[in-house]
Amino acid sequence: MATAAIHNPTATHHDEHHDHAHHHETFLTKYVFSQDHKMIAKQFLITGIVMGVIAMILSILFRIQLAYPDQSFPLFEVLLGKFAPEGRLDPNFYLSLVTIHGTIMVFFVLTAGLSGTFSNLLIPLQLGARDMASPFMNMLSYWFFFTASVIMLSTFFIESGPAGAGWTIYPPLSAVAKSMPGSGLGMTLWLVSMTLFVASSLIGGINYISTVLNMRTKGMDLWKMPLTIWSFFLTAIVGLLSFPVLVAAVVLLIFDRSFGTSFYLSDIYVAGQALPNEGGSPILWQHLFWFLGHPEVYIVLMPALGITSEVIATNARKPIFGYHAMVYSLIGITVLSFIVWGHHMFVTGMNPFLGGVFMITTLIIAVPSAVKTFNYLATLWKGNIRFTPAMLFAIGLVSFFISGGLTGIFLGNAALDINLHDTYFVVAHFHLVMGSAAIFGMLSGIYHWFPKMFGRLMNAKLGYLHFWLTFISAYLVFFPMHFMGLDGVPRRYYSFTEFESMNEWLSVNVFVTWSAILGAVAQVAFLWNFFYSIFFGEKSTQNPWESTTLEWTTPVERIHGNWPGEIPTIYRWPYDYSKPGHSTDFIPQTTPLSETMSSNMPHDFEGNEEAERIQEEWNAKNVNNTEEVK
Amino acid sequence: MNLKKYFNLKSLFTALALGSLSLGQVMAQATEEAAKNEGLGKTVSYYILLFLLACVFIGIIGKVLQVYELTRKIQGKKSGIAWDKFNGVMFAATLVLGLYGSYWSYTVHGNLILPESASEHGVAIDSMFNVTLIITTFVFVVTHIILFLFAYKYKHSQKRTAYYYPHNNTLEKYWTIIPAIALTVLVLMGFFIWRGITNIPKDQMASAIQIDVTAHQFAWDVRYAGKDNVNGRKNYKLIGSLNGLNNLGLDLSDKRNNDDLKVTEIVLPVNKSVRFTIGSQDVLHSFYMPHFRVQMNAVPGMPTFFQFTPKVTTAEMQEKTNNPEFNYQLYCAKICGGSHYNMKFLVRVVSEKEYQEWLKEQKPIVTEEMKKEYQLALSKQNSVNNQIALNN
Repeated sequence: MATAAIHNPTATHHDEHHDHAHHHETFLTKYVFSQDHKMIAKQFLITGIVMGVIAMILSILFRIQLAYPDQSFPLFEVLLGKFAPEGRLDPNFYLSLVTIHGTIMVFFVLTAGLSGTFSNLLIPLQLGARDMASPFMNMLSYWFFFTASVIMLSTFFIESGPAGAGWTIYPPLSAVAKSMPGSGLGMTLWLVSMTLFVASSLIGGINYISTVLNMRTKGMDLWKMPLTIWSFFLTAIVGLLSFPVLVAAVVLLIFDRSFGTSFYLSDIYVAGQALPNEGGSPILWQHLFWFLGHPEVYIVLMPALGITSEVIATNARKPIFGYHAMVYSLIGITVLSFIVWGHHMFVTGMNPFLGGVFMITTLIIAVPSAVKTFNYLATLWKGNIRFTPAMLFAIGLVSFFISGGLTGIFLGNAALDINLHDTYFVVAHFHLVMGSAAIFGMLSGIYHWFPKMFGRLMNAKLGYLHFWLTFISAYLVFFPMHFMGLDGVPRRYYSFTEFESMNEWLSVNVFVTWSAILGAVAQVAFLWNFFYSIFFGEKSTQNPWESTTLEWTTPVERIHGNWPGEIPTIYRWPYDYSKPGHSTDFIPQTTPLSETMSSNMPHDFEGNEEAERIQEEWNAKNVNNTEEVK
Repeated sequence: MNLKKYFNLKSLFTALALGSLSLGQVMAQATEEAAKNEGLGKTVSYYILLFLLACVFIGIIGKVLQVYELTRKIQGKKSGIAWDKFNGVMFAATLVLGLYGSYWSYTVHGNLILPESASEHGVAIDSMFNVTLIITTFVFVVTHIILFLFAYKYKHSQKRTAYYYPHNNTLEKYWTIIPAIALTVLVLMGFFIWRGITNIPKDQMASAIQIDVTAHQFAWDVRYAGKDNVNGRKNYKLIGSLNGLNNLGLDLSDKRNNDDLKVTEIVLPVNKSVRFTIGSQDVLHSFYMPHFRVQMNAVPGMPTFFQFTPKVTTAEMQEKTNNPEFNYQLYCAKICGGSHYNMKFLVRVVSEKEYQEWLKEQKPIVTEEMKKEYQLALSKQNSVNNQIALNN
């Protein structure tokens, strides 16, 4: 206890808390207003899944519109009422669907659902902490997120409908309420929802950073942290530095919308009236928005990459290749992610010289990304790969990361972006690299840590079905879109029938839509598997994947405080898989080096005085033994 | 309190029955509507039923597999299906089919993409695109071969142990430096092409044909500069002035407006540099002419510019694409409201002679009626001013 308490200021309190067997939790404190990081992780996950399903349904609705622009779907009118008169989506509502789909997916699923779930679940468990630095704030972060989600969804039930200016809500469309139906109350609620969302992210992020910096158990120095923790930690830093800029931008936008200021507005004549706003610029919003917006790509992607590192190493039964390089790549991506935002603005009229500068920084970020990819490939080389569903999704992520990352090279190039900007090429690119890849990271994490969360296993066969259908459908949906973009088809078009040249893509759109429906159907297998397994899945052992990291040393039954008794001490890095000379193919981080002397390597002792002492003692003992034998 | 008790089979079946009832109601309504409208209502119900059937089918397959595996277990034999092998083979198959699918998509969908650039700078963009495409396709193919072959080759086996290989500094240096070099080449090429497009010398700016484009929900207004080759001043506060005649908000105190021409299509002479001044009256729009590799946002309150030289006439492009109906078009690429998707404008590239003939036919944007209204407004303003002076 004493050793743990030195490194974990809240440990004593938690241990005392834990020792009281009579401690009683009510339904409210256990399931609703829980301060246990594991329960909060589950709350984030389930809310994220619900939001994901809603976003997916929205995407199917607008995909059907794109595939069958001239046909009437009476069911639409039944379900959507005035938003689908005569069974056809209203063009303004179409834009709202696109907007809310993007917003939910980027923020509510891939930021909160992914990072919120796994940061909450794994940071204390993998670092050896009883809970987050501030469990109460942690609970608040979920409830801010939940409230933000409810507000965002409530916009479907208001007269003017949800916001409709795209997930980037560029002003003046977002600032001038009369510019379109989706610029009215729906937009105001969008802004309120996002402000609450950012508050949630910031509270969560500060907690993650504090916990990683202050609450590591004994022996857990930075270079012994799993890559998941590195990725969550750096993601939280990115969020902490970039989300406030969005809030500032949103506050200015609210001022422009409601109080007559002109931060983003100038020289506007709309709805038969000249507005009094002068001196502002819509481009300012883009600078501020993308200062968050581009790091946001990595806020979404880095946790997925961290999860993948963990899952690949565990299931390939190999150490992750180039651990240090992987960490430095993540740090490189973190730093560079802040100085690339301008590549979203090559054709806004921004100074072309700046365009050149942003092109350089954008393409540089491909280098650490390439390093990560090659390291994943090297980790698979000569592995002994167990294809758990988690591993399948991790491999799928690597594939999407490669495909989507490579198309980023086109868009990062200012000259090429002239022709590709705001076309379907962009849609294809980001849906592969940050949509599909991050979703696959999330799914990989769900399959892998499901036993940790619920004490049961998900059905592997349904997992295989889920993976193969999703993987194939994702490529069928997004691969052809690159070519649509190369034909100059702009994104966010309600229909392609107005331009003769776009009609030739109609059959492709039908194909893409049905592929998307196939992908959506595949998610039914997942949803069934997930919710059924929570209650009726096969019971899991404590360490079902034979993993080395600390979370698998906690009991299967949920304990608020994570470990009964003392928190384990860490002795080694997290990737000792298939070490030559050892009887099993994994050595947990909690196994002292002195217990595995026959398999220790020189690098195990580098910079570790205690380990060096153990080795010297062992060497000396071995010499004595040898002499005794003689 | 345990949530589990709320999720027993009985309550699940009750929920399912209630769900089916409400779905049935919706479906019945939809089918009724469909019968009236002859829409796709029936097919929607059909597909939902098909989906349920597929779920049942998958469930049956799953149960059969389960029974098969249980039988093997009872007989004391190994698990019936080697799932690691199955997934490994699936990756190998995905590699083969995926590479073929990519090839198919490159060739079939690739044939549908834009034809060669119709502008001079676009040729450089296209060559840059091709270099990038070759490099990225090579990396895409090689890395996927490695990824999926490794997945196939190193699938789990009880007989094998994974190779402990935590790092290799030399290897890591190579795959840091090589992508860095490739990207440096791409950055440099891209940088020079970008500067070539955006850094136009001042004399070339002035000598180009000046065209002013104004975007608004949901149309384009285009005017040519006329004889003085300068577009006159606009002011958004004047939009709708002159008794509703001044749609563009032209400032008639600026005499350079008088010779500006209003057009209903953009006509460009081949091989002559044209400079577009782009603006918006209301929200963001984007001036996008993909065949010329031209795109620039239309921003309210901030004029933007794009200068280029068209090099293929419409007639030539009709021949090249073997499509007599072919026409260049101007699209709006930035989300701007409900009719964003049909905001288009015709663009024609013609010979110099045809251009001059067309130009002669175009009428000034400032009509006699507008001038009269302007004079009237001026005189009113003067009388008001005089009145004020008298009062003083």
